[in-house]
Amino acid sequence: MKIIVPIKQVPETSNVKMDEETGTMIREGVESIINPLDLYAIETAIRLKEQFCGEVTVISMGPSKAIEAVKEAIAMGCNKGILLSDRKFAGSDTWATSYVISQCIKKMGDFDLILCGERATDGDTAQVGPGIASFLDLSLSTFTSKIAKVGKDSIQVKRLVEGGYELLDMELPAVLTVVKEISNPRLPTLKGKLKAKEIKIPIWGPQNIDARDDYLGLKGSPTRVVKIFSQKISREGEKFIVRDEDDLNEATDKIIDYLILKELI
Amino acid sequence: MTEVWTFAEQRQGILNEVSFELLNRGKKLAEKLNSPLTSVILGYHIRKEDVDELISRGADKVYVVDDKHLENFLVEPYARVLVSLLDEYNPHIFIAAATTLGRTLMPYVAIRKKTGLTADCTALDIEEGTNNLLQTRPAIGGNILATIKTPNIRPQMATVRPHSTKSALPDRNRKGEVIYKEYDDEILKSRTKFIKFIKDESQQVTVQDAKIVVSAGRGIGRKEKFKMINELAETLGGAVGASRDVVDRGWKTYPHQIGLSGKTISPSLYIANGISGSIQHIAGIQTSENIIAINKDPDAQIFKLANLSIVGDLHEIVPLLIERIKEYMARKAKK
Repeated sequence: MKIIVPIKQVPETSNVKMDEETGTMIREGVESIINPLDLYAIETAIRLKEQFCGEVTVISMGPSKAIEAVKEAIAMGCNKGILLSDRKFAGSDTWATSYVISQCIKKMGDFDLILCGERATDGDTAQVGPGIASFLDLSLSTFTSKIAKVGKDSIQVKRLVEGGYELLDMELPAVLTVVKEISNPRLPTLKGKLKAKEIKIPIWGPQNIDARDDYLGLKGSPTRVVKIFSQKISREGEKFIVRDEDDLNEATDKIIDYLILKELI
Repeated sequence: MTEVWTFAEQRQGILNEVSFELLNRGKKLAEKLNSPLTSVILGYHIRKEDVDELISRGADKVYVVDDKHLENFLVEPYARVLVSLLDEYNPHIFIAAATTLGRTLMPYVAIRKKTGLTADCTALDIEEGTNNLLQTRPAIGGNILATIKTPNIRPQMATVRPHSTKSALPDRNRKGEVIYKEYDDEILKSRTKFIKFIKDESQQVTVQDAKIVVSAGRGIGRKEKFKMINELAETLGGAVGASRDVVDRGWKTYPHQIGLSGKTISPSLYIANGISGSIQHIAGIQTSENIIAINKDPDAQIFKLANLSIVGDLHEIVPLLIERIKEYMARKAKK
């Protein structure tokens, strides 16, 4: 089974502090990591490879330091990687990003499955996975929570939707975007780390993927950012401290009064 | 003519309330542009009442595509039908809900139309002078807002966060035009087969759809204690949510997880019990209309976001709260 996993390098946000004045994230000293939701796709790919043989290729689009993300995926157990990096790619929105990644995949030859994280924790659009499927004209399952069966030319998957799950039978090749429920990502192994250190990651630009110039970067992006502004997250609501039993009654009364005031009960 | 289109979403043959929220959004845009408002509905055995409902809630026109192949959502036929409709009628704006369906279908369509798509918007407006659609969405974990537009290509597409606006109210006297469209197998075929829908019994009300969500974090202490959270949710007619921490510990299943790696929600009321309020969690709840937080730690981050903060032990407060709400409701029912 040949599997391709497109991943994204994002800023590590779990320990991020907020600037109280401006309400924005303090970005200084923030590390770059593999998008946490992509780890579930990488793990799923490695498990399929272990079960059915084959190989996993990880691809990433970004600045040259995104090579670290590709190498980390290899340290986890992916076989090889490609980095899509070029000045012309900078400023791409989800349309242009989907185009570049799908052009790369076309160049890579035959494959059975493309596995993506549900979305990236920075952009949070969840549009590139479906975008790749659309460009390559493939069937697609988003929010995939389980691979139930793998056949020769088909796959059965469960996807998480509002109120339950859908069970789908899909022809291969296909694109799946996956959610956390699908797997429990492993840590890189020492052997994997050594392999990642040795391996040469090809860096591809527009000429390697037969890309149209006018489809790249800002020029190829239909959307424009008009403005970015911060919102104060504070609501400055009432704070009540429970110190004894009387306070406990008062706290409950306060909650109920609030619910009545807002017509919630 | 410049038209504004909304996607009317149905699931298992039931029209989703979010379709009326989109009509509310669409109506404001259409008024500013002085253009008609149109809804598109795809499905099988689509009920006439539902089509009429779309008109009474503000649609001037409804395109109906009714076919066996469209009974359940499958992205390939749904996308091909929409692309055909968009090619034929060239609306200027096309919005859908940021549900699992909308967030799958819209990107697939936007690529084919080579147009821009903005995900999970919480505000939409028309730019003066250019008549471009201004699409505002939370970005980078919700700490900033970005306004985005698609200046040169039509349609301008966006998915809109459910519950981020009220539903359009019905007006039974409204009249509208209903246009039935048919498509051939080339358009309706799919390489994916829908086998079945499996209902999640632990979610009587889902966190995405619920008007009220009662949630718990690590402060709940152990799995068994979730019983009182379930009870509080049930008493209020709401859904049960959980922080990432609690899901990772196996105290609640993943579909209940709220936050950046779980669900982003926007209910009328969010009650956070024993949740400290990490950036990731806050990103998932900050467009909630009302937030009540209960936490022992007076410095918990969640209090910054709460309309009402109670510093105290949830194990003491929640059971008492359930009792009092039940009393209040019983009194109210008697009146």
